[in-house]
Amino acid sequence: MDLAAIFQAAFALVVGLDPAFLAIVSLSLQVTLTAVLIAGLVGLPLGAALALARFRGRSVVIVVLNALMGLPPVVAGLMVFLALSRSGPLGSLGLLFSPSAMIVAQVILVLPIVIALTRQTVEDLWIEYRDHLRSVGLDGARAIPTLLFDGRFALATALLAGFGRASAEVGAVLIVGGNIAGYTRTMTTTITLETSKGDLPLALGLGLVLIALTLAINAVAFGASRIGARYAG
Amino acid sequence: MRDVTSILPLHVDGVCFAAAGRNLVDAASFSVPPGGLTVLLGPNGAGKSLMLRLCHGLLRPSAGAVRWASGAGGRAKRHAMVFQKPIMLRRSVEANIAHALAAAGHSGPERRSRGREALARFGLSDRATQAARLLSGGEQQRLAIARAWALRPELLFLDEPTSQLDPAATRQIEELLAGLVAEGITVMMSTHDLGQARRLADRVLFLHRGRLIEDAPAESFFAGPRAAEARAFLAGELIW
Repeated sequence: MDLAAIFQAAFALVVGLDPAFLAIVSLSLQVTLTAVLIAGLVGLPLGAALALARFRGRSVVIVVLNALMGLPPVVAGLMVFLALSRSGPLGSLGLLFSPSAMIVAQVILVLPIVIALTRQTVEDLWIEYRDHLRSVGLDGARAIPTLLFDGRFALATALLAGFGRASAEVGAVLIVGGNIAGYTRTMTTTITLETSKGDLPLALGLGLVLIALTLAINAVAFGASRIGARYAG
Repeated sequence: MRDVTSILPLHVDGVCFAAAGRNLVDAASFSVPPGGLTVLLGPNGAGKSLMLRLCHGLLRPSAGAVRWASGAGGRAKRHAMVFQKPIMLRRSVEANIAHALAAAGHSGPERRSRGREALARFGLSDRATQAARLLSGGEQQRLAIARAWALRPELLFLDEPTSQLDPAATRQIEELLAGLVAEGITVMMSTHDLGQARRLADRVLFLHRGRLIEDAPAESFFAGPRAAEARAFLAGELIW
């Protein structure tokens, strides 16, 4: 197969809405979106609390979180694998090689990003707003809703950064999902497998979708900051 | 309209504020009865800003006490503060006012009606839906005052409210403050601008290096202050 034919076949897969192809795309999105949603629900309040709290060892926590933003996905996958494997502490749940296990692994990848970026955003806002919020009686935890709302555009970008990391990674979902056809096969694991098998059109078609997704994320992030500048100043 | 008991007079009893072993505010004592405009006057670093923050409760005195005639605690504390650089939330003009009212525990309908009233009172009605942070400096300070006014304070603190504004905006804010005093709101503001103090003050508290040097009616203060430091300040001589 020459390169032109490969591109043609890949393109046909994408626009032809092949059911097997769509199933892979849809599972990937489901896993990643769920992971980002969970990381957001946990990470936004936690990041805000970390921004306002003062305790011994706070700097250590911040440094560790910043470091975890660069945690290699395969390592996150390995940790979840060890926890969920039959002899592991959570083995009885029987989650290994399921979409749930992939979600858990991706939450671990996304959560440090959400917490660290939220912490930074909220801390900067708090420094700016502190006097006024204290003046109207919003101190400590009572200031958090205001700070999260006013940081909404920067925080949307943080969630999109998390989404970008989770949708692009292959190591974690491959280890804990097992790349089982029709069950835990995502875009990235399929590209890995099909490339080594030689089914280049499928790999390339999924690659195109991933690139389109990355472009879309960046467009939305850019739009969010522009809207933020326009409506929130 | 208001609760029957007033939070005024405010009593400041021997208040000190120490940082790094130095008394930045040193044993200040004075009272603020209802009515009029009191100016905290003094050069930069005299402790004017700290004094306002201590009175408003943003800082705790390291010694002495700030006492109100009746409980000013609770969510609606009936004294409000406007800062040197207006602090605008990243929301619309009307939402900035509604937020402060919500923080004070007011219901939705109450927030809307008081918000509309405040916008009309301060000439900001046509700006209601605009982003607060995109207003000009003068309009932002006007909004900050409108937001404080909506809380219906008996005493309003202002920390150098015009130091970042041009002469036209400064004049506008000064007229506005005179209007608040005429309305019966007690105002206490800091400034290092002698002209402004002359134009606005009913009473002057002169601070120097954290100490309250002179407390006098504005007229007699500007006619001839008793303290040497105050005379030097009025003469424009550097005293810090």
